Amino acid sequence: MDLIFEKSRPGRVAASVPKSDVPEVAMESIIDKSLLNEEVDLPEVAEVDLIRHYTQLSKRNFGVDVGFYPLGSCTMKYNPKVNEEAAKLPGYTALHPYAPVQFSQGSLQLMYELRQYLSEIFGMADFALQPAAGAHGELTGIMVIKKFFEKKGEKRTQILIPDAAHGTNPASGALCGYQVITVRSNTEGGVDIDHLRELMTESVAGLMLTNPNTLGLFERNIEQVAKIVHDKGGFLYCDGANANAFMGITKPGNLGIDVIQLNLHKTFSTPHGCGGPGSGPVGVGKDLVPYLPVPRVVKREKGYDWDYNSPDSIGRVRAFYGNFNVMVKAYTYIRSLGPDGLQRVSEVAVLNANYVKERLKPYYDIAYDRICMHECVFSGKRQVKESGVHTSDIAKRLLDYGYHPPTIYFPLIVPEAIMIEPNETESKETLDAFCETMIKIAKEARENPDLVKSAPLTTPVRRLDDVKAAREPDVCWGKAHAGKKV
Amino acid sequence: MDYVPHTPEDQRQMMEQIGIRSVAELFVDIPEQYQLKKLMNLPPALSEQEVFTLMKDISARNAIPPITLMGAGVYHHYIPAVVGHVISRSEFYTAYTPYQAEISQGILQAIYEYQTMIAKLTGMQVANASMYDGASAMAEAAVLAAKTLNRTRIVMVRSVHPEYRQVVRTYSWSNGYEVVEVPYGKSGQCDPDVLLKAVDENTAAVLLQSPNFFGVIEDLSLIESAVHAKGALLVSGFTEATSLGILRPAGLMGADFVVGEGQSFGNPMNYGGPYLGIFAGTDKFLRKIPGRLAGATVDREGKRGFVLTLQTREQHIRRERATSNICSNEALCALAAAVYLVSLGKNLRKLAELNVQKAHYLRQKISTLKGWEVVFPAPVYNEFTVRCPNPQKVNQKLQAEGIIGGYEVEKEYPELKNTLLFCATEMLTKDDIDKVVSLVA
Repeated sequence: MDLIFEKSRPGRVAASVPKSDVPEVAMESIIDKSLLNEEVDLPEVAEVDLIRHYTQLSKRNFGVDVGFYPLGSCTMKYNPKVNEEAAKLPGYTALHPYAPVQFSQGSLQLMYELRQYLSEIFGMADFALQPAAGAHGELTGIMVIKKFFEKKGEKRTQILIPDAAHGTNPASGALCGYQVITVRSNTEGGVDIDHLRELMTESVAGLMLTNPNTLGLFERNIEQVAKIVHDKGGFLYCDGANANAFMGITKPGNLGIDVIQLNLHKTFSTPHGCGGPGSGPVGVGKDLVPYLPVPRVVKREKGYDWDYNSPDSIGRVRAFYGNFNVMVKAYTYIRSLGPDGLQRVSEVAVLNANYVKERLKPYYDIAYDRICMHECVFSGKRQVKESGVHTSDIAKRLLDYGYHPPTIYFPLIVPEAIMIEPNETESKETLDAFCETMIKIAKEARENPDLVKSAPLTTPVRRLDDVKAAREPDVCWGKAHAGKKV
Repeated sequence: MDYVPHTPEDQRQMMEQIGIRSVAELFVDIPEQYQLKKLMNLPPALSEQEVFTLMKDISARNAIPPITLMGAGVYHHYIPAVVGHVISRSEFYTAYTPYQAEISQGILQAIYEYQTMIAKLTGMQVANASMYDGASAMAEAAVLAAKTLNRTRIVMVRSVHPEYRQVVRTYSWSNGYEVVEVPYGKSGQCDPDVLLKAVDENTAAVLLQSPNFFGVIEDLSLIESAVHAKGALLVSGFTEATSLGILRPAGLMGADFVVGEGQSFGNPMNYGGPYLGIFAGTDKFLRKIPGRLAGATVDREGKRGFVLTLQTREQHIRRERATSNICSNEALCALAAAVYLVSLGKNLRKLAELNVQKAHYLRQKISTLKGWEVVFPAPVYNEFTVRCPNPQKVNQKLQAEGIIGGYEVEKEYPELKNTLLFCATEMLTKDDIDKVVSLVA
């Protein structure tokens, strides 16, 4: 398909600009010529060309509305349309963040209440809504811990992270100047308690735990883990990426977790938008509240207000107050579901994952065979051994059958990992059809491995050359031209 | 309404397959004493009709002004209808990060096109797929400069947006870097002599903004060679993206990174977000810049296609050695920006000129009022500062008419007493401006 630049024709335009109704002054008399550009080099297309271009592009894209999307760890549940409609209300979209508070009582109320709801759902003392995404929330959470020790005059230089963790965890720890120390997993996929005990010293600021972990397993020894960390004065951080597994079932705050970041774009069904906008609120226990980012919404007698007075705060992690419009969607979702609805979400998310696990177990090696939470992890080892078909081939073959593949090659501790997160919004029929397809691909791998290895056959492009993309980078058109037009 | 499709019979069959008699058995790994015994204390579930009514009621507690003179990092612009239509296509908005390239050619190509347009507008060779916002983009540029050069000092001009400076300070603190703020010059532009005195052999980056917080356009050519002579990198920021339609690109004036806020390109003000951080740099940093990059390649049959590329920079591969921890970005906002830029095309220059004209008209009129005067003589884009007898009273008068007035600069700059920062975009008509001036006179 042509690039928009290749469709450009001199003189065409899609959007018009009003004529000036104020007395016009020569540009160069206002701004020195040396500071002005010559012209802007942007594509020139008519409105119909623009719309067809992006409509055609959209047809080469796959969202939850197109089909089943069991991308592990990403919680690709259905995004209810009423959330989108609520978020489009001009009362939310058309307000400037520096509007005086008497103009913004609705937005402030929504943020204040959202914080209360999240605190109740997760058992934390308070939440900060400023971080723009999960990884941003992690960074903020670790900064909060760092600030706590700094204010106490304690120097701690290390952070512990299990080997099964998301890559953002060690990257976030390192961005706070901590030396990242890896904790081994035990044979059940949980934290190796002896190893944790050995590593947990008074130089360690905390442990970044993902619970349920990236194998989809709940940390059975959570009580012991929390005690080991707390006994040495450290904090237990929880990556809340997998919070869809336990809403209404248990509360991280009760489990001894001191800090948790959420991903509203996962658990609370705000859509992912091809990778963002997300929203990554951070919840903390009582001792850490003073260190959260500024400003904070407060409720005063006269109404809601912004409070900038927080002398121990880490400061800001972005401008303004966070991805407010994403919060509108999450708020709508929480109010739609209520306490019983959210609990049902987690129950069915876990039910669906265990169902898929049981159905696929005979055909693919299961990484850890025990009751899982909201996702299950298989290994493609058997297929590699039997026929040389790799997990990446299985994933590409799923494309031919109209599915978005599971997360693959993660967690790193499982060879040829296939991580399936079905989500609560998918029906038994959808899961059955997906399982039948996975079983069929296992059969194809045995009987006709070349077919699987040559997949995908039905997509707009065939398998793409990643090595070429990295060796001869072309990230900006007009410098290099790769290949034939599609 | 829980959006769960299961019938009781479905659930029964599924439990049978798993070999359990109750859903509670699925949670055996959670120690009994930590399992909740009662429902969470949240408001009860609502039907779609009820929840939509509630959301309308809450939104109605906000007041949307007919006229706003507030800029200061977020700008009120007209958004062509095509933008909303494109980003409302659910093939885009309900997709995840394009890890599976073969079924994500739509967004990958759109992002590649976005990167190209941003590179052209900033005069750079590389732009990434977006950061969280302008402020975090600037902070990440400072961190990247420090890591690349193995230096620990960041020099920042005080005319950079106050919240951007706070974010830079937070990121620098967490990495153990020192931040030095230098004052701006009398004209409102940065004072090269003052700035360069602060730049030493340990300085990784010099951060400034153009147009700066006061709307003033900086002249990078005055400092560029001296900054580079010390081996430091020059980071040029902006908060008003439409200025790229008329100003000489910072990349052509010696900046190593151009970072800024892309909100003005087709994204509503949304009470502070989501927006998109623009991040562009020279070729030299291609293998170091943070965030996602879409790149062109070919498939097995030689057809052009697009993938996420140079991923070894990123956290999921490099973990604690990654240049940044960023994972999710603001892809849908970047798509909106791309559609906005394609829709305007060469008209972006016209739109930028219109912004200059409107602001110039307001500035001329308001600064002739008795007791009012322009603070900085340097050229501005669509914002400017004025001193006036009583800024609070001015804003109160405007608010009484439902109008959002200017930014009270003294809050963040105690040295600038009685100063308001006003913004005029294409959204203000001559009548609006005349009305505002007569109200505050």
